[in-house]
Amino acid sequence: MAATELAPAPPSGSVIARAPRERTGSWPLIDRIAYFLCWTVGIGLCLIALAIVLFMAVKGISYLRPSLLVNSPAPSVVQSQSGGFLDPIEGTLLVAAIGTVIAAPLGVAIAAWLAEYRRPSWLARAVESAIEVMAGAPSVVLALFGLLIFAQDFLGFLSQRAATGAVYGRSFFAAGAVMSILALPLIVSATREGFAQLPDRLREASYALGRTRATTIRRVLLPAIRPDIATGTALGMGRIVGDTAIITILLGAGLTMQPVGHTPVIGLLRGTGPTLTSYVYENSPAGEGLAPQKAYAAAFVLLLIVLALNAFVTWLTNGGARSEGGGLSRALRLIPFMPNLSR
Amino acid sequence: MDRALTRRWATGKTDQRAERTLGALAVAVLVLIGAMLVTVVIKAWPSFSHNGLSWFGPGGDVDTQIRAMAESKALPGRSLYYFRAWPLIWGTLLTTVGAVLIALVVSMLAAIFLTEFAPPAIRRVLDPVIRLLAGVPSVIYGLIGILVLARYIDNHWISNARRASVNYVVQLNGNDVMTATLILTLMILPIMVAITASALASVPGAWREGSLALGVNRWRTIWRVSLRTARPAIVAATVLATARALGEAVMLAMVSGGRGFAPNLLDGVTALFEPVRPLAATILQNKEGLTIPVLAHTVYAIAAVLLVSAAMLSFAGWFAKQRFHRYGLRA
Repeated sequence: MAATELAPAPPSGSVIARAPRERTGSWPLIDRIAYFLCWTVGIGLCLIALAIVLFMAVKGISYLRPSLLVNSPAPSVVQSQSGGFLDPIEGTLLVAAIGTVIAAPLGVAIAAWLAEYRRPSWLARAVESAIEVMAGAPSVVLALFGLLIFAQDFLGFLSQRAATGAVYGRSFFAAGAVMSILALPLIVSATREGFAQLPDRLREASYALGRTRATTIRRVLLPAIRPDIATGTALGMGRIVGDTAIITILLGAGLTMQPVGHTPVIGLLRGTGPTLTSYVYENSPAGEGLAPQKAYAAAFVLLLIVLALNAFVTWLTNGGARSEGGGLSRALRLIPFMPNLSR
Repeated sequence: MDRALTRRWATGKTDQRAERTLGALAVAVLVLIGAMLVTVVIKAWPSFSHNGLSWFGPGGDVDTQIRAMAESKALPGRSLYYFRAWPLIWGTLLTTVGAVLIALVVSMLAAIFLTEFAPPAIRRVLDPVIRLLAGVPSVIYGLIGILVLARYIDNHWISNARRASVNYVVQLNGNDVMTATLILTLMILPIMVAITASALASVPGAWREGSLALGVNRWRTIWRVSLRTARPAIVAATVLATARALGEAVMLAMVSGGRGFAPNLLDGVTALFEPVRPLAATILQNKEGLTIPVLAHTVYAIAAVLLVSAAMLSFAGWFAKQRFHRYGLRA
């Protein structure tokens, strides 16, 4: 661990440093303008977010029918006959599940190595920068990379083969596996931050009882940072649920589930299908543009999922009562790893 | 207690095995990223080798070239690989630079507000709001952009005279540089606010108190002390946000107009209402053509350009953040 991290944190936080309320009346004009602009931007951002949520809620609720949630999509030009979005919801849950199942254990393992072992240190730094590159890689590029990998002949059992024997490379498994690359940086950084914040006396007490480092990590440290792991995982799921580029490239634009073969679960994993994001994309004017009303309704369901994950993260980070410098939430610090971009 | 000491004491056989396993997983990720860089570049190589450096230059209509590849009919007098990406690169530059410049100013103000001026009640609202803006999927931003903002701009901002003035080259319909830039700004704001705000929050209180004690007012203190300290973090935020903006595909594919057109800045304001198609959006819109080898090589070439520039920007951002650590601060 770097020396800077061991040093006691500077007494940060504007709460401490805040001078007694100073009236801005005595400030030069330009300072007052800047002060005013700060308020405008802050309030403006709140209003924009409110407008987005309200707009989607109004549009969504006015087009959302319970029947939409339980019917499969049907190909039709008429919006009243084009079915609901049961399949896309299933697809979203499936992809999120696959991505999380792969990314969570891997992310925690890597974070544990980076935080507790990091030997040799040059390797640790290389892995850190790889994670950084991973967080910054555009998801269309990740999708193309995934297509290259999963179209290899020896991975044919994970998707389907054309009559010519060529491997298709597109399947729920492929999409979920590539999605795990999206979630990984979030889980790693949230978990690492958790490790870094644990006081050394926890580790020392455990060593004093004769436990090895590995046991200490598993029995003492990991249980202590469970909220951090959950935070990272929830944020990672949010990123998976919202991604469109990987879905449209690795699952295609089909509207219904197309399992391969007849084995129940395996067939589904090898097959393709829609998710909420690809459903919204295909039904918007940018895709086929057949059903903007359906797109609004599906987008509202998607937004609800994202809001729920967001609320869960807020609850987790506040419940831990570990708010730090300047009163910023810990989840805010993870945003650099969770760009909504390139989804 | 000395870490090295505990390390020596608490090492056993199983412990070594655990360390190796965890280390192997971490190395696997490193290998995966390396493999990604290598395979994408290899797959892209034919396109680069046929076009040389003029791949990046201007030359003809890029949409015609892509169509020629999709139909496997070479343009007269050209190789099938003939591709000049300038309109796409120019579109990427316009939207990215525009969005980053606007977001730089707005995010600094927002970060200062969040850490310094906002009363606790407002801060408790603004913090989740920024995380919400970071969490909204880009397809929803795209949907709002194409169905609301693009229509509004089409109806209210583009005059008929302006439409007529460029009608012989391009139709203006609200899906344009302006819409794309505005929504992209909103999408990269959270990352910039988050990095800048956590840097501002970690500036030691004593440094600012020193300034305040000298009679400097709060705004000047923030400007001269806090922002000055946080400058490397602001550079990092800008660089990382640029990387993200480069890679944005879905929203841009929805609202940017989807035409490989290079707006001429000499047209003045009209250029802002002309359609473009950034690099990442081009990949998305040619996803059906990946079975055609030549087109696939070209698409992977675009991906390689994006990947390499995003990776370099990520490194640059990481270095900038290291400079912030020099002050002994964490952000």
